[in-house]
Amino acid sequence: MSASAYERVRAAREKNRPTSLDYIGALFGTFLECHGDRRFADDPAIVGGIAELQGRPVTVIAIEKGHTTKEHLYRNFGAPNPEGYRKALRLMGQAEKFHRPVICFVDTSGAFCGIGAEERGQGQAIAESMSTMMGLQVPVLSIVIGEGGSGGALALCVADQVWMLENAIYSVISPEGCASILWRDAEKAAEAAECLKLTADSALEFGLIEEVIPEFQGNHEQTCALLQQKISAWLHQSQSLHCGQYAQRRFNRFRKIGTDFVQNAK
Amino acid sequence: MPFYQFLFRPKNELEKGGRTPDPQTAEDSELAKQCPACGSRLPLSMVWEQANTCTCGYHFRMNARQRLQCITDPGSFQERDANLTASDALVFPGYQKKLATMRTSCRELEGVLCGRATISNRPCAIFVMEPYFMMGSMGMAVGEKITRLFEYAQKERLPVVGFTASGGARMQEGLLSLMQMAKTSGAIRQFSDDGGFYLTILTDPTTGGVTASFAMEGDLILAEPGATVGFAGARVVEQTTKRKLPDNFQKAEFMLQHGFVDGIVSRKNQRNVIGKLLELHRREDQP
Repeated sequence: MSASAYERVRAAREKNRPTSLDYIGALFGTFLECHGDRRFADDPAIVGGIAELQGRPVTVIAIEKGHTTKEHLYRNFGAPNPEGYRKALRLMGQAEKFHRPVICFVDTSGAFCGIGAEERGQGQAIAESMSTMMGLQVPVLSIVIGEGGSGGALALCVADQVWMLENAIYSVISPEGCASILWRDAEKAAEAAECLKLTADSALEFGLIEEVIPEFQGNHEQTCALLQQKISAWLHQSQSLHCGQYAQRRFNRFRKIGTDFVQNAK
Repeated sequence: MPFYQFLFRPKNELEKGGRTPDPQTAEDSELAKQCPACGSRLPLSMVWEQANTCTCGYHFRMNARQRLQCITDPGSFQERDANLTASDALVFPGYQKKLATMRTSCRELEGVLCGRATISNRPCAIFVMEPYFMMGSMGMAVGEKITRLFEYAQKERLPVVGFTASGGARMQEGLLSLMQMAKTSGAIRQFSDDGGFYLTILTDPTTGGVTASFAMEGDLILAEPGATVGFAGARVVEQTTKRKLPDNFQKAEFMLQHGFVDGIVSRKNQRNVIGKLLELHRREDQP
């Protein structure tokens, strides 16, 4: 029996759920972290660097929540500030220069809502991230491993393929936020979660993602083994394209979203 | 039209089934508008004459048709994709009803008007978002209309002028509406890589997913005085940070101060400024 939407939301937010750094540790041989956006600061909510996948260099960008309270505070609960997205932009630029594929891990309740974030242009940072990713002439893969919260997640999900873990969620608004707008009652989050169709299965059904990765009842090693295999296969298959085709193919992927549902009214 | 239809065609408003009242005139039935900035009461006719601004400089919100009338050369606007709508893909509770209500009260089918027009005799593709239609929220129809407009402009080698006003992505269309941010960004990128000029004018309110996509992707970004421009809602920021917000937080002036808009242009001057910018960005290969 499949779990309800809100059970998935709970699972995605589960405290002991593996975070991006757990996946990076398990999937890649080496990982060299690169800090800072060279403009303002380093945002610990986004981890980025160069990794090796079976001997091949790749650029990894990941939103990290942390496990302990101390880590949560340090990582701002995985809510990136504009400098985090600008760090990602810098690393993507390098990936393109050195022909490295980009792999993103997404796990955030949303981009941070703070005074400083607004002052430094959170909206502009996300817009620039999407626009840049759309034009990258290297293969790009994004994997939603936990929460895919709205624009803050989409900023790193403009990829050739987007995969979601079985219990990950991807949504335009949090179910609590949706419930408080719709019914003025955040307690009705479970109903809202159902309406928002935020599960991996729904996203697959609407053609918004390419794969749902099983979690084997929380067996992290098994999930990682499967992921490693799938990422290698994807890398192998992506390499065949000519340099100029990556961006066009990525745009085509997004261009058709929603076109099945629009029509001219009579 | 066949002859018999011509004979029985409706000859006045009543025969057509009557008009629904304009939301703006209904709301201001006392024929005067109070300015929230200076407190003075202005006769409606005067407000309209000044393009919905107060003598003190305060800019009232404005519906999309009225804005088009103010900004484009008379009779030059040719609408595109006027009848494009999106179906209720998620079967979201209450969405159909909400849409029906909005369509009656706004007399628009969707949250954006797209088309071709001239401004100070310079041809351009133009979109104007409708703040009164579900707060200009971006769903699939809005995303598709804007994407098509950029594709059209690219083909016709026209510049694009866009007036943004939106509360963000349309919750009732779920992830499908969020994806419109990426889709429009992609279309703008292609248009831009091809050498196209895109000018955005941020009007009250430009927030959420629209700020985080096509509002901030203009080659030049202008804003209307006092317009709210930001990503997160001010109330959410206040609740998250538990700090008092600065006075002009997320206003156009705040965005100018922090370097995210090129300039603030009052409605009175917009036609001239936009016309001049279009002229300065004219292309050799432009029609």
